[in-house]
Amino acid sequence: MSDKPDALTVRDHNTLFKSPEYQEQRERKKQFEGGSSPEEVARVAEWTRTWEYREKNFAREQLSINPLKACQPLGAVLAAVGFAGTLPLVHGSQGCTSYFRGHLSRHFKEPVPTVSSSMTEDSAVFGGLNNLIEALGTSVHLYKPDMVAVSTTCMAEVIGDDLQNFIASARQKGAISEEIAVPYAHTPSFVGSHVLGYDNMLRGILTYLTEGKKAKSNGTVNIVPGFDPYVGNIREIKRLLDVLGVKHVVLGDHSDSLDSPATGEYHMYPGGTPLEAAADSINADATIFLQALGSYRTKEITGKWDGETVMLNPPIGIANTDTFITEVARVAGVEVPDEITAERGRLLDAMTDSHAYLHGKRVAIAGDPDFVNGMLGFLLEMGMEPIHVLSSNGDETWATRARGILAGSPFGTKATVWPGKDAWHLRSLVFTEPVDLIVGATHLKHLAREANVQLFRAGFPIFDRHHLHRFPIYGYAGGLQLLTQLVNSILDEVDRNAPDHSFDIVR
Amino acid sequence: MTPAQSSPEILATKTQEMIDEVLAAYPDKVAKDRHKHVKPNDPAGSKECDVKSNVKSRPGVMTLRGCAYAGSKGVVWGPIKDLVSISHGPVGCGQYTWGTRRNYANGQLGIDNFTVMQVTSNFQEKDIVFGGDKKLTALLDELVEVFPLAKGVSIQSECPIGLIGDDLEAVATAATKKLNIPVVPVRCEGFRGISQSLGHHIANDAIRDHLLGARELPEQTPYDITLLGDYNIGGDAWASRMILEDMGLRVIAQWSGDGTVNEMATAHLAKLNVLHCYRSMNYIATTMEERYGTPWTEFNFFGPTKIAESMRKIAEYFDDTIKEKTEAAIARYQAFFDKVRETYRHRLEGKTVMLAVGGLRPRHTIGAYEDLGMEVIGTGYEFGHKDDYTRSYPELKEGIVVYDDPTAYEMEEFTKRLKPDLIGAGIKEKYVSHKMRTPFRQMHSWDYSGPYHGVEGFAIFARDMDSAVNSPTWNLFDAPWAASKKD
Repeated sequence: MSDKPDALTVRDHNTLFKSPEYQEQRERKKQFEGGSSPEEVARVAEWTRTWEYREKNFAREQLSINPLKACQPLGAVLAAVGFAGTLPLVHGSQGCTSYFRGHLSRHFKEPVPTVSSSMTEDSAVFGGLNNLIEALGTSVHLYKPDMVAVSTTCMAEVIGDDLQNFIASARQKGAISEEIAVPYAHTPSFVGSHVLGYDNMLRGILTYLTEGKKAKSNGTVNIVPGFDPYVGNIREIKRLLDVLGVKHVVLGDHSDSLDSPATGEYHMYPGGTPLEAAADSINADATIFLQALGSYRTKEITGKWDGETVMLNPPIGIANTDTFITEVARVAGVEVPDEITAERGRLLDAMTDSHAYLHGKRVAIAGDPDFVNGMLGFLLEMGMEPIHVLSSNGDETWATRARGILAGSPFGTKATVWPGKDAWHLRSLVFTEPVDLIVGATHLKHLAREANVQLFRAGFPIFDRHHLHRFPIYGYAGGLQLLTQLVNSILDEVDRNAPDHSFDIVR
Repeated sequence: MTPAQSSPEILATKTQEMIDEVLAAYPDKVAKDRHKHVKPNDPAGSKECDVKSNVKSRPGVMTLRGCAYAGSKGVVWGPIKDLVSISHGPVGCGQYTWGTRRNYANGQLGIDNFTVMQVTSNFQEKDIVFGGDKKLTALLDELVEVFPLAKGVSIQSECPIGLIGDDLEAVATAATKKLNIPVVPVRCEGFRGISQSLGHHIANDAIRDHLLGARELPEQTPYDITLLGDYNIGGDAWASRMILEDMGLRVIAQWSGDGTVNEMATAHLAKLNVLHCYRSMNYIATTMEERYGTPWTEFNFFGPTKIAESMRKIAEYFDDTIKEKTEAAIARYQAFFDKVRETYRHRLEGKTVMLAVGGLRPRHTIGAYEDLGMEVIGTGYEFGHKDDYTRSYPELKEGIVVYDDPTAYEMEEFTKRLKPDLIGAGIKEKYVSHKMRTPFRQMHSWDYSGPYHGVEGFAIFARDMDSAVNSPTWNLFDAPWAASKKD
């Protein structure tokens, strides 16, 4: 605040509790706590890092500890906000909706407007029909959306509420007009994860909007990003398609919805895929999915369309992006312009410049299935060695693909793939088979610190670092961004730990 | 004229006009209902100005509220550090509450401290179909294997549990015997009640039924107290405890921030319960009064005025030794408080604040703002009851707007019309406020800062409010080539 010698020093939680008076307080409190002795705590802590504990830990069948996945309706909300003028409505208990809004806001640092049908105990007995009708009527009246995308919580699913009938009733009773679009998806939290919820909602939206819209080819390529925590990715993909000269529409474009400019005015529905464009997506020449594993429900719909459906690994790193570019060029019948080849060359140039600091690094990676598989491509291209590859919401299909990717590189031979395991499993893995680097989201920070291993934040959710999601990790430009962050965060660690003589001026 | 400058009568009229205008956007039935919840303040608490509270939110309005699980696991049980709280049901609820409330605790995570963890039964479809009791029994066996130092378990029910007819109580009773640690069933399914509030009550009752009064202390003193309703957000309870200890009191239990099973079980030995968050723990205070004759008193450790007032109020329950120490402590704090005010008051004087928060903050922080020369021009509770509002009216200026369970729409509209210099609300409101060029602090989690309680807390509070209100970023909104839209 001030440069005066007697200026106030403000000590917050980062420093205050280190002071002697608070350290003494901490000791004083122990007499009331009935806690374990420090020796016992140290002994148990050490034991939890052993192979013996790892076996006990992996014998868990019912208990999940720190699983790295959220539930379906969270994904449904993200899918909904990717469409213009669309208000997500989650049918069920209202606490769920608050959680989805908070969770997405903590990651995107943006408002996430979503309404709830606020079901309570009486709805559990009589069903949630009246709640949904009132929620539709009030929210449409008040928030004036062009579309309301309805998903469900586990409460509504357990009591068996039927969205199709309920929405029809709302129209019959005049709560909402016939004009307003109301797609829906059943998204029980006890099936799949947020990735499936995204997929189910997208399928619901496309099913609704494309109904009866079949016509001749519109010469467009559909791009389906899937549950993408990086708004920068969507922007980068659109830029690449512009450079390629390919007419395109992104189905589920939350790049503006969740990254809108500060202007002094709040707009509830910035950006999003225009509903007319989404309706016309049925007439595209091709639909390209950037998250093959997390899109199988929507693929069932696009598979029936005239245009080709292409399922890709996320375009992270050189080869994955090459495939993406090649496929777009193929389905659109265009030549890849030199500009893109130059971008590719620039990323490659940077990779060769930085490879020495990444080559041979042992890596643990965890996250959503498609994200992990996309990242594996990049890590292997840098000569990094994945050791533990884990996805709490990854199944055997994911694991088989991941093993295939690993088998394609000599740097992948040391890896073990762990479908359905959680971060407490990963803790055991990291302690028993150490790594140099952990790649994943915020919730891995405790185990990374305990194991004294650097965490490179990527994926979802990232709550404790700012704005990473605003930049792409897709495409060649995104690869450069990813590489820059990765190599520099490693160099920061090198510098921090370097002895004086090795504190080099040039790296 | 800003609300802060109007005469009370004019202000009340203007506020009512604003309310009428804003609520007109709702469908008639909803508008009629919302009018009962939004009124100009009358410090005398007249019947006409009493806002309706603690009733259902209307579907579709975008309430800020959460659920009973949030009130139980998120608020009351989650902070107890040596006990594992299982989010029993599907994966989501535990995921969304994983460490986000910042209930600080000393101890080693996953060894003797289980606060910042997401422990769940991760229900799958088959568990819904066949029931989760067998799964829960097996899960508890696994839990004590991997967490041998856990001193207890609470089972936090998510929505499906109450709907599929599981018999948690039977499982918990059997497990308590078998595992030799308390296993507490908590029926806090999210659909119960109408907000977090019933979850607090259910959580209090579960502690009462399963832990309270179960253990003894090796020694007792006449100065033993329990700190109730402090969840140690950013270290709040530690800062509060420091003051209580400076007064010569012995805090035998912290409920529940940085608390332990033992502290839950011995709190009944306190000579006085001091209660910070009335909303979430008045239940257990009343229980201890009825069952053990323990008196309780509310207090407020936000800002110098309320701190001194509260210290003296608490000291009244004790002898002169405590009273003297209390006065000595107040005198000792004075220089620091003066310095905080000297540093920040001129930067914040006359600035206006709109609040929308949970349990105690819509009223408890008013004094701290006033200590900095700031004025609260609108406030309300997400899930307050009549007794919260009754306590709030006298703290507030006549004619300012009081809103119960405000919706996202109302927050936005009141912001546009009142143009506050600062909004204090939650994560869901934060980024709307930023878009609207309105400084904001998250007043649930202290926006990752804190503590805000206690002596040092006031300095942190002042620093943070200053950084929000006086950030130069707010001056950069207008591009030089665009016509200025800011009036």
